[in-house]
Amino acid sequence: MATGNRLWSVNRRTILKSGAAIAAAQITSPFIITARGETPVRIGLVDPLTGVYAAIAQSEVVGAKFAVEEINKKGGILGRPIELLVEDSANDVGTGVQKTRKLIERDQVNFIIGDVNSGIAIAMAQVTSEKKVLHIVSGGHTDPVTGTSCSWNVFRVCNSTTMDSAAIANTLIEKFGKKWYFLTPDYAYGHSVQAGFEKILKAAGGTSAGSLVPLGTPDYSSYLIQAKAYNPQVLINVMGGGDQVASLKQFVQFGLDKQMAVGGTLFELESIRAVPEAARIGWWTMEWWWNQPDVPHVAEFNAAIKKITGGAATARNWFGYVSVQTLALVANQEKTLDAPKLAHALAGFKLPPEVALQPGAPQYRAGDHELMSTVFVGEAHSPQGDPDNMFTVKNPVPGEKAAGSVEDTGCKLVWPT
Amino acid sequence: MTLLLLFNITNGLIVGAFYVLMALGLSLILNLSNVINFAHGGFLVIGGYIAYTLSPYVGFWGALLLAPPLTAVIGLAVERVLIRPLYGRDPLYSLLLTFGLAFMIEDLTRFIFGPQGKPVAIPAFLAQPLSNELFFITGYRLFMVATVFVAIALLFVLLRYTRLGIRIRAGTLDLETVAALGINVGLLRSLNFAVGIYLAGLSGVLAAGQLGLEPTMGTGLLMPSFIAIIVGGIGSLPGTLVGGLLIGVASGVTAVFFPAASEAVIYVLMAVILLTRPRGLFGEEGMMS
Amino acid sequence: MTVTSSRKLLVLAAIWAVLLLAPYWMAPLGGYTALATRVLVLGLAAMSVNFLLGFTGVLSFGHAAWFGLGAYGAGLTLKYLAPSTPLAVIAGMLLGGLCGALLGTLLVRRRGVYFAMVTIAFGQVFYYIAFQWSSLTGGDDGLRGFARQPLDFGLFKLDILTSADTFYYFVLFCFALAVGAMGFILRSPFGRTMIAIRENERRARFLGIPVERHIWIAFTLSCFFMGFAGALYALVNNFADPHGLHYSQSGDFVMMAVMGGMRSFWGPLLGAAVFVVLQDYLSSITVNWMSFVGLLFILVVLFFPRGLLGFFQRSKA
Repeated sequence: MATGNRLWSVNRRTILKSGAAIAAAQITSPFIITARGETPVRIGLVDPLTGVYAAIAQSEVVGAKFAVEEINKKGGILGRPIELLVEDSANDVGTGVQKTRKLIERDQVNFIIGDVNSGIAIAMAQVTSEKKVLHIVSGGHTDPVTGTSCSWNVFRVCNSTTMDSAAIANTLIEKFGKKWYFLTPDYAYGHSVQAGFEKILKAAGGTSAGSLVPLGTPDYSSYLIQAKAYNPQVLINVMGGGDQVASLKQFVQFGLDKQMAVGGTLFELESIRAVPEAARIGWWTMEWWWNQPDVPHVAEFNAAIKKITGGAATARNWFGYVSVQTLALVANQEKTLDAPKLAHALAGFKLPPEVALQPGAPQYRAGDHELMSTVFVGEAHSPQGDPDNMFTVKNPVPGEKAAGSVEDTGCKLVWPT
Repeated sequence: MTLLLLFNITNGLIVGAFYVLMALGLSLILNLSNVINFAHGGFLVIGGYIAYTLSPYVGFWGALLLAPPLTAVIGLAVERVLIRPLYGRDPLYSLLLTFGLAFMIEDLTRFIFGPQGKPVAIPAFLAQPLSNELFFITGYRLFMVATVFVAIALLFVLLRYTRLGIRIRAGTLDLETVAALGINVGLLRSLNFAVGIYLAGLSGVLAAGQLGLEPTMGTGLLMPSFIAIIVGGIGSLPGTLVGGLLIGVASGVTAVFFPAASEAVIYVLMAVILLTRPRGLFGEEGMMS
Repeated sequence: MTVTSSRKLLVLAAIWAVLLLAPYWMAPLGGYTALATRVLVLGLAAMSVNFLLGFTGVLSFGHAAWFGLGAYGAGLTLKYLAPSTPLAVIAGMLLGGLCGALLGTLLVRRRGVYFAMVTIAFGQVFYYIAFQWSSLTGGDDGLRGFARQPLDFGLFKLDILTSADTFYYFVLFCFALAVGAMGFILRSPFGRTMIAIRENERRARFLGIPVERHIWIAFTLSCFFMGFAGALYALVNNFADPHGLHYSQSGDFVMMAVMGGMRSFWGPLLGAAVFVVLQDYLSSITVNWMSFVGLLFILVVLFFPRGLLGFFQRSKA
């Protein structure tokens, strides 16, 4: 025992000394922000790089970094290079808010992008509105972001839950029937997707039942037992991330795929990659898809992303890409970095084809700041040809059609005087 | 309705069996060494990823056989280097250390394998339900229950009839005397820890077939294991067994009537036990107070 | 005697000088005032945990529950009851403290590992309630739609909403109140009894001290302090969410106390400062900050169990 202690205490001294030396060297440099000849335009990106959404968050960062590279090659924003500062919100609201404040107050960013988690996105929006910083929500889906909690400085790239559910609901009704069972995660996102679906289903005279499932549930058997007892024509799987992977795996293992169809809104490429062959089924909405042979520029984008990640480009890559590109394009167009001016210019702003990467010219709707991008409704399947070709677009729906009216979103924009 | 209830009770037992596997490993480590292994979920994840890495070479069955012992070897190394210095100290320190270790394991698996979930397929003949009525009893879940049975049986044999097992049981009751009898307590604790981690690794391989394999897989499975131990009684392995099955059934049955409360009910169960019989169902008075 | 007490006074003065001047020396070093505010609040929480852990010797690993409850209490008050910051803070403190008092009665008979496990589990019960009762708490998305209100003293207004510096001083004032109360309690006969129980519980019992009752009182007091800290935290973020109740948050607080030095009064504040700043800094420069934080936990436990202040005290001795 005594020898043990002495051994440890020798190590402790050495560690302390070397640790202090290393710490001193590290702590001084990055904290002191050195003045540069040409100050870059800073964009802050806050996303949950660790935690359950890490895969899709890191995809967004890849897309954003790629956009920064491209834009800097062409001269940056107003002749100044873009510097992308990425911060981890760790899927925790307190951290997300703190990082946003840090980016704005200490790092003096001109723009903010984030978060994948809608709750964090809205909390961040409180800060960005207060500080009058232009904020693009790249990947948080709940309606309030461009609905009841909308704000003059907040714009969103990804779809609202209403858009997604409205785009696919009629397809599911026509193809499979009007008796649905919902497997819904018990939080705001889940509730709003289910509500969006139920509205359309009821209007079509359908019936539904469902289970509200706690997040992080490992075992879905009791819910699937109830689903089977209800005997629906479609099981609507609203779960996300790892929960969606687990529930689909179990759905297929129970043989329920032979008795009912499965579908829903999101089944992102990152999640399709994570399920075994047998579970790559169902009808879903992709918010962007890499395999669009008839649309120019898409193949180049896909090839560029493939070089970076080794796989096909996902919708999340595209969200990150569009977010940065939007900021650069509007700033260069208006020749200013002033947030209110840019926000006015973004209302109704149309994306050029090399950024939109889809048919048509999606624009940020003036009434709620939502990007009216196409909803790619289609079917998931085993890989055909390319290992990432696990989805085929069957019925693309234009964003405006899926989105409904601005009044329905409940958004009332208040502009600063 | 009775059929639905029966289904859910059966289902609950299947789910409970899995919790038992996790909780037994945790319980073994807790009983002998007084260490609350917060990193148990992390070892589960390690087991799953080792199986995933091996299966292209040795198939599902090979991975099932090899991954748990490999995880146990990692566990052995961790115990030797990190946990051994903490024996005899306040349990606070092992708690904090395993807590930090859990962080590291999650991050390192994400670093090595990427945040993207990995597809894990189970052998086709297992991925089918028994019948149309009993669709929720798939071959795989039966296999899981069978594996848990075998593991429990082997554990029982280990503890009852082998020298190692007898020493572990004796050490749980009175480690000082065991040491005084000249038994190498350090080795005993290491091997005990390894057995516990073996069970965690095995849980990980089985879980990967049912859930998505990704770095955060283990976090949601840790708390039910804790509760199984508290409900069953700290210090009692049969108690942990009963505790695990009980929370599985309680959760499954509640999911029929109040799905939102299906997770809460296990905490309610724990609270009821703590109020009425604080030592747990099979715990012994004075075991850990 | 005079040498040590004047040295103690000097140290105290130094600590308060550093705290009072924080907004001024932080900026040139690359810090920002909101970070300092966060350190104060989390430091207070760590000191509250240490009130129980370091001074009574009771390991509660679920203490974040009272912290989170304090945050929700403040948030709900501001959102539904009245736009008054002082009321919100008091409400948060009461919510955290009273729930803690109630649960404390169940817990005081247990010790050691069992106590730790039970506190973890009970902490998770509250986490779970906050998560599931989404109509009240906002569930996973958290409670929002409230903000700290400016303080109106009739003669002058304190704008703690938009001015980061003013808010920092408000929090510092609250911190001073709490810390003063804590110090007062620890110096009192009650505090001495707590230390006696920590040192040797059996002997304390032989002396006729009602140990369970003392532990319960200490537990309850620490829960009130936690609720207070939690309420301030809700004001920092204008937000309350279930993560504040999770056992990983509890683990962070215990780590701050251990890292700073459990046996000292100011240790946890130092631990909180190091932890918060380090985590803030690391998570900006690397995605793998979790490995470093985990490694830090391990290194502290293995090599610096007495914490930073404990280490320095030993070197002197």
